[in-house]
Amino acid sequence: MTAMFSIKDLVEEEYTLPGNASCPGCAAALSLRIALKVLGPKTILVVPASCISVIQGYYPKTPCRVPVLNVAFASTAAVGSGMVAALDLKGKSDVKVLCWAGDGGTADIGLQALSGAAERNENMIYVCYDNEAYMNTGTQRSGSTPRTAATTTTVTGKPERKKSVPEIMVAHMVPYVATACAAFPLDFAGKLRRAASMPLRGLKYIHLLSPCPPGWRFPAEKTIEVGRLAVMTGFWILYEWVDGRYNLTGPSKGLLDKSKRRPLRDYLSIQGRFGHLTEKDIESLEEEVEEQWKDFARKMSMT
Amino acid sequence: MLLTGNHAVAYGVRDAAAEVIAAYPITPQTQIVEKLAEFVEKGQMRARYVRVESEHSAMAACIAAEACGARSFTATSSQGLLYMSEVVFWAGLGRFPVTMAVVTRTLAPPWSIWNEHMDILSQRDAGWVIMMCENAQEAYDTAIQAFRIAEDERLLQPVMYGLDAFTISHTAEEVDLLEKGDVEGYLPPLDPKKLRVYMDPESPGTFGNLVGPDMMMEMRHSIKEAFERAREVIKGAVKGYERISGRRQAGLIEEYKCRDAEVVIVTMGASSGDAKDAIDALRERGVRAGLVRLRVIRPLPREEILEAVKGAKVVATVDRDYSFGYGGILGGELAGFVKNTMCRFVAGLGGRDLTPEDFQGIALKALDVAEKGEEREEFWWGLKR
Repeated sequence: MTAMFSIKDLVEEEYTLPGNASCPGCAAALSLRIALKVLGPKTILVVPASCISVIQGYYPKTPCRVPVLNVAFASTAAVGSGMVAALDLKGKSDVKVLCWAGDGGTADIGLQALSGAAERNENMIYVCYDNEAYMNTGTQRSGSTPRTAATTTTVTGKPERKKSVPEIMVAHMVPYVATACAAFPLDFAGKLRRAASMPLRGLKYIHLLSPCPPGWRFPAEKTIEVGRLAVMTGFWILYEWVDGRYNLTGPSKGLLDKSKRRPLRDYLSIQGRFGHLTEKDIESLEEEVEEQWKDFARKMSMT
Repeated sequence: MLLTGNHAVAYGVRDAAAEVIAAYPITPQTQIVEKLAEFVEKGQMRARYVRVESEHSAMAACIAAEACGARSFTATSSQGLLYMSEVVFWAGLGRFPVTMAVVTRTLAPPWSIWNEHMDILSQRDAGWVIMMCENAQEAYDTAIQAFRIAEDERLLQPVMYGLDAFTISHTAEEVDLLEKGDVEGYLPPLDPKKLRVYMDPESPGTFGNLVGPDMMMEMRHSIKEAFERAREVIKGAVKGYERISGRRQAGLIEEYKCRDAEVVIVTMGASSGDAKDAIDALRERGVRAGLVRLRVIRPLPREEILEAVKGAKVVATVDRDYSFGYGGILGGELAGFVKNTMCRFVAGLGGRDLTPEDFQGIALKALDVAEKGEEREEFWWGLKR
């Protein structure tokens, strides 16, 4: 189990400065700020085409106080691999490589490079901040968009289910896979710390749900509330997979019992992207959530 | 040492002390990456080898390694180069001094593994220095020179060099290798401080974030200026290499019997050797023929070409490539500045044999066209009707 990460463990030092170009209420920018506080200044950040490439703002300014390499959309994990090779050769074992890509750059166009890096077990931390659509280009559906969510390319709701990249990473048998949510920053920070401090070399993967006010269509001040509801309704499960075992973490620990979960419609009703759902749609999503938990319970008991 | 062109490249990369190799296999490049894997695994090279899952990832990893101060290399061919293309441009426009061997091969469909130059020429606007080798020896020499050229502070742009599928890649020739000490003097270790992009936690910088219309033209212009310096950089690298190897090297172009030639053939790559045989045979028959072999395609050596062809009645370009709706690529490029009568030949596509007899025929046809003042500019040599 990950040791509890307390707010006192977060350093005061900031590695992303105020004045970046993120939208109000952006969970991705918030989470990156926390991630760099955990990993510290000896971190190289790899960023593909994504909201983060815009959030950095215009050259020659940057909000980042660690080295950042902006890279081609599909290439994130391959760039990380090249860095790891060079740093290893140069004996710079104290420098960490943090790949930070969106769900499009991870689940879709970047999946091949990620799979390659995971299979080679490259010594890096890869965070997918999942805002469940191509947000940088204006909310087109991705492989990580949940079923029924409206996007600009699924205007009546996405017919297909969300692809689980964490489970794809588990299938690669990398040393560490976890999910997280931007609304639970200390849970996320603890997982990053664990990933960074593991003695075992290899690819550590964290899949971070990142609520997006303009894309999910909720008011900017509700980011944390929406993120909390994603977890408390059981729609998004917080867990780790390490040493071949699944562990629930944070509030998800208490949610195996369906009666402890908040009603799913609390999560759906505050987001415009689910505004078109019928009663039947909501019921089928509720079934899907239950099915997801049963599947998870089965995997926990098997390991 | 008896080496194929592919193995010659691998020995060159070994002797140049490349530090990170990231590569994906493709016929007919495979022997390069296999040999390098062997060198690394047997401890004959102090390098890391990233066995990536695609060419796109190969170039991405090379860029990343350079950004962390490591000398990096990859090799590819044909479809692999096109699949890599996005990141090829990233390396050029981002000014990462990667080097790459391209074993030139026909593009599909339909499938073909034989020689053509369309793959390497498709990348000519990517901000790379582009060179073509004539034989296995030059492949070895170029593999070493390419790092020196790419890493020169006046340039700092990536370098790719082509070797023709099979005629160079798989043909064994006697190749002279350099002494270790000689290479070290010629090509000192890469100093990360001179790199345009260096990921240094002690001095953090952000590379590649948004640039508005207010600065992009100036950034592009700085690459243009680097390419204006590239000619001197290449000449210097060639001269320095002549000193350590004791062997004459072609510079930007190789002139062969051009001085009094009335017809000059322009080629690149392996078939230039056959073209030289044709020049000799033509001269025995009393035809004053000469050859210009382009060793460097980017920067395009305009002045050198103009000087070499200035006395010729006709210039005959031979393209193993084609730009549909335009013409042979080298022919089209030369037509932009060569004032002589020009005859543009397209030949040897898809690996079709190009013999000394073909080059004799090409030279005579060009002379004939010049004398008759024919309007037709393009000939598909050896096309079956």
